[in-house]
Amino acid sequence: MVKLEETPLPGVGVRHDFDGRFGKRVGVIRHRDGRREIFVSRRDDPDACAQNIVLSDEEAEAVADLLSGSTITRHVARLTQDIEGLAMDWVNVPGISPYAGRPLGDTMMRTRTGASIVAVMRDGQAIPAPGPEFPLHAGDTVVVVGTPGGVVSAAKLLSGEG
Amino acid sequence: MPLAQLFLELGAVILALALVGRAAGRLGITPIPLYLLAGIGLGAFMHLGDAPEEFIHIGAEIGAVLLLFTLGLEYTSRELRDNLRANRQVGLLDFGLNFTPGLLAGLLLGFAPLAAVLLGGVTYLSSSGIASKILGDLGRLGNRETPVILAVCVLEDVAMAAYLPVVAALLLGGTLAAIGVNLLVALAAFAAAFFLALRYGHVLSRVVNVQSSEALLLSVFGLVLVVAGAADLLKVSAAIGAFLVGIALSGEVAERTRPLIEPLRDLFAAVFFVFFGLQLDLGSVPGVLLPAALLTVVTSATKFFTGWWGAARAGVQTRGRYRAGTTLIPRGEFSILIAGLGLGLAPTLGPLAAVYVLLTAILGPVLARFDAQLAPLFDRSLRETRA
Repeated sequence: MVKLEETPLPGVGVRHDFDGRFGKRVGVIRHRDGRREIFVSRRDDPDACAQNIVLSDEEAEAVADLLSGSTITRHVARLTQDIEGLAMDWVNVPGISPYAGRPLGDTMMRTRTGASIVAVMRDGQAIPAPGPEFPLHAGDTVVVVGTPGGVVSAAKLLSGEG
Repeated sequence: MPLAQLFLELGAVILALALVGRAAGRLGITPIPLYLLAGIGLGAFMHLGDAPEEFIHIGAEIGAVLLLFTLGLEYTSRELRDNLRANRQVGLLDFGLNFTPGLLAGLLLGFAPLAAVLLGGVTYLSSSGIASKILGDLGRLGNRETPVILAVCVLEDVAMAAYLPVVAALLLGGTLAAIGVNLLVALAAFAAAFFLALRYGHVLSRVVNVQSSEALLLSVFGLVLVVAGAADLLKVSAAIGAFLVGIALSGEVAERTRPLIEPLRDLFAAVFFVFFGLQLDLGSVPGVLLPAALLTVVTSATKFFTGWWGAARAGVQTRGRYRAGTTLIPRGEFSILIAGLGLGLAPTLGPLAAVYVLLTAILGPVLARFDAQLAPLFDRSLRETRA
């Protein structure tokens, strides 16, 4: 349990501070005009502030959110939910691949695995949305999107194992 | 064309103050000492017409009233009560150590007793304006010694609220019996008003708190002037009436009033300092330099000790004690206000106070800045004397 101390600062506002576990005093001053000031004490002079940051009302709210994590966790949670069941992978086309040097359409990827090739990376460049006539080369990296199982089969297919 | 002259001269004076204020901002000090200098310079090299002179005089009176009103507005009655209870000892030490040198200096300089009492007030009151500026500028609001500094300022402000009516009664003079009666009336009126403000302030706050900002500004400003006028009629000093209105207003209405009234106060307070400077005779300044310097040295030391002791009681280490001491050194707006009351009593009181305020207002902030370098000196000497 953190031992918070409250000190009135007449004419200014109220100060709340505590001795942090890692050796520095940490506090917040609530100015009467709504500003919030966060400060951390110095190590060599624990009575003084090493750094203080004055925040507006709104900024203070944002920082409070960051610290307590309420809004942020909610967002992240929703994001993972949205892409659950969806997989994406970068698959190499090795030299031994049966499709090296053949047009992309020959793999019949969509029909056979349910996964789609959404881009091809070649020589550090991305070629987005390649058509069926696009020729694959050995050494290309293919970006595949589909079900997790579909993505795994796609990798096997391209390496000649499928 | 008296109107043209009035506007031209007033405009020139206020523009000169604007330049001075900008210079102060550049240097990182409060403009108060510079306003004083501007007034002194103006008095020496220019002669204003009668109309501007009269306006400046009235403006100065309003400035004094508004300075005290916003001071009262700063504090809630709870803060005052808690402070009075918790910091009595520091407050008493502060009063004893810092009032006495001024009083003694006044007597040594051959002032009338009342003028010496006023000089005691001049050396007693730290400038809460300069102190809070130092604290804000140097990012020291979160420091451990800061509550002590603020507490001393609050207690001084309360003490002044009691001191001013006493002085006002004494200034009326007359026979001993008449002075006694005036004093009793003044103190009783002050006590009653203070009690009412603390007790029923919230009622007044509710009544005054109207929706529109315009109506709020007008009702507050009007109320302040009416109470100040009534206080003056009772010989309690107009400024104290304003101070008590400030104390009485609290909560939302205080929050809303502050930003409305502050520009008004800044304008009239600047006029007040200029007026004070205007009244000074430049020729008398060289004569007061030595006493002012001596007084600065002595009262800086006593003030420093006050802050040091208060901070030590609060469990603060050497550097913090040093900061508390130096932050309290500057005297400012209220020292000038007090000196202004006694201009007729002792001709050198005004110049002495002005030079003294200038010196402390420069010395304090400079010393306050170098706590890392200077504090160890005090620590070593302290250890030696103990050993």
